[in-house]
Amino acid sequence: MGDQQNLVLYLFGPIIPVFQCSDPPKDHWSLLIDFMKLRIVFFAALILFLLLLPAFAGKYLLYMSIHILLLSVFALGFNLLLGYTGLLSFGQAGFFAVGAYASAKILLLVPSLLLGIMAGVVAAGIAALILGYLCVRHTRIYFSMLTLSFGMMIYSLAWKWRDVTGGDDGLVGIPRAAFEIPGIFRISMSEMGSYYYFVLVISLIAIFMLYRIVNSPFGLTLKGIRDSENRVAFAGISIRKYRLISFTIAGLYAGLAGSFLPPLENTVTPPIAHWTHSAEPVLVTLLGGIHTFAGPIVGAMLFYVIKDIIVRFTQYWLIWFGSIVVLLVLLFRGGVVIFITEKIWPLLKRKQGDRT
Amino acid sequence: MLEKLLYQGLIGLSFSMYLWLLSAGLTLAFGVLGVLNFAHGSLFMLGAYASFTFYGKLGLNFWLSIGLSLASVGIVGAILEGLFFRRIYDLDLPYQLILTFGFILIFDDLVKMIWGGVAMIPPMPRFFEGNLIVFDRPFPIYNLFIIFAGLAVALILWLVLEKTWWGRMIRASATDREMAGAIGINIPTLFTTVFVFSAMLAAVGGALGTPVRVVAPGIGTAMIVQAFVITVIGGLGNLKGAFVGALIVGILTSFGILLFPVFELFIIFVVMAIVLLVRPEGLFGK
Repeated sequence: MGDQQNLVLYLFGPIIPVFQCSDPPKDHWSLLIDFMKLRIVFFAALILFLLLLPAFAGKYLLYMSIHILLLSVFALGFNLLLGYTGLLSFGQAGFFAVGAYASAKILLLVPSLLLGIMAGVVAAGIAALILGYLCVRHTRIYFSMLTLSFGMMIYSLAWKWRDVTGGDDGLVGIPRAAFEIPGIFRISMSEMGSYYYFVLVISLIAIFMLYRIVNSPFGLTLKGIRDSENRVAFAGISIRKYRLISFTIAGLYAGLAGSFLPPLENTVTPPIAHWTHSAEPVLVTLLGGIHTFAGPIVGAMLFYVIKDIIVRFTQYWLIWFGSIVVLLVLLFRGGVVIFITEKIWPLLKRKQGDRT
Repeated sequence: MLEKLLYQGLIGLSFSMYLWLLSAGLTLAFGVLGVLNFAHGSLFMLGAYASFTFYGKLGLNFWLSIGLSLASVGIVGAILEGLFFRRIYDLDLPYQLILTFGFILIFDDLVKMIWGGVAMIPPMPRFFEGNLIVFDRPFPIYNLFIIFAGLAVALILWLVLEKTWWGRMIRASATDREMAGAIGINIPTLFTTVFVFSAMLAAVGGALGTPVRVVAPGIGTAMIVQAFVITVIGGLGNLKGAFVGALIVGILTSFGILLFPVFELFIIFVVMAIVLLVRPEGLFGK
């Protein structure tokens, strides 16, 4: 028995610190080293697994993995607003849709994957900057309602403005263009595996950048604003400006996630802008844990795994997922990650301590 | 032209009353319990399905089937509040919203499981069939009935809240929950009754709306945002505001469809955003 617990500690020990986001700000290099070295067992294993996935996974598993990466990026950006800045946005699907539609439009014009993704990110960033300027005037429920209304404005445009967005049919026949810099290189994306690598690499870069952001003095200021708005204001910091930057970054991430979608599905339709889609990042963030960096990633994985398991047994999977959500709020409010790091982890540690 | 506008206004008025029935319960529950209930639209949907079953399927008397729908949704409301909602009053906003969102998922699929995923058109009661001729255009008698029903519910709500002891307790605990509890009001019981009442208001909207609208899974999620717009315009938790908000949204929608069909939905959310930016407490807020 004892040896098994030691093994658990040995294998999973390095994961634990990754999930905690309370480190003080550090400089770029030590963070990169933290990110890679301290958790090297876990990260090497995880990244190796992710890199090798196309070697043994079928098309369906790759398709699911791309969706998990996409939702992770979407939810991580959202959690910068919720977990780190204390603002609950219910309109993130709007920026997701701006990203998706912009990248779809560009891809239909110019078959260049890089250009499409960039267009999506930039368009969503601009939209978030403009709407964020208005949204950050409020906090709490008024902020949520304001973001909801802007998100639904984008939805109604996607749905009704047929000339630009294709109406309820959406945009169809979007090519999964090659990843290409003319004259330098060209990688075809027609294989699901290649597109998976593309999404994986960009997502990992984006995730590391966000890790860097939340562990910077900027991230610390956001947490300060979340915990005590007045004290930060007294320190002479413009709260609204910080909230706006955080909002814009969340929008950029939503846009990036959105722009991954058209090349994958070859189509975009209005429901991706609907408020029920805005609930998805809220859901997976709470599922994984709101006050942890990796929470949204874990939540996104669980979301698809749970869905995949339930769908095997019943077509009415939402009943069961809804019940899980209800139980989550009533019983495991910290989310899965906190549940493991604070409940299960100390239990293992204590047992180990008893023996020595 | 004027006649056309007046006629469209009348259509808008009947739509407003329908929206009012939907939003009254939402804003009441928010004002007293402090929880913005995403699942309110689902209760509305359950009311619609219940009346569809009692009236359309079982062929019961129209009024009886509305009464039965109210009762059954009321029971669902009591279960919801008693088992789940009462545990979340002190939680942070995201948890409250996501719990109520969980119930949207549950109810949407439950409805699909029981009644199937296809949209259904319930029958119209025979005594409400036919049209009046208003400004040379046909105006369904049923819409006239909806207008009266909406006004009646508004009157009943006003009487209940202003003139009864129960209404007084509700207003007291909406103003100051702790103080109301301290002077002997049984807050948990009161909250349950208020929630049941709010669920029944949603059910009235759903049940009365069925003969003119299709009944389908997902009407809850479509309607709840309309209700949010209305409660925000009127001020969260403000019943008078919700009534006026419903009038604004209903009539705006009705003219919007006529004048700028592409941006009809868009305009409503623009109004919501402007109210939030200029007067976040709503047109009738304190």
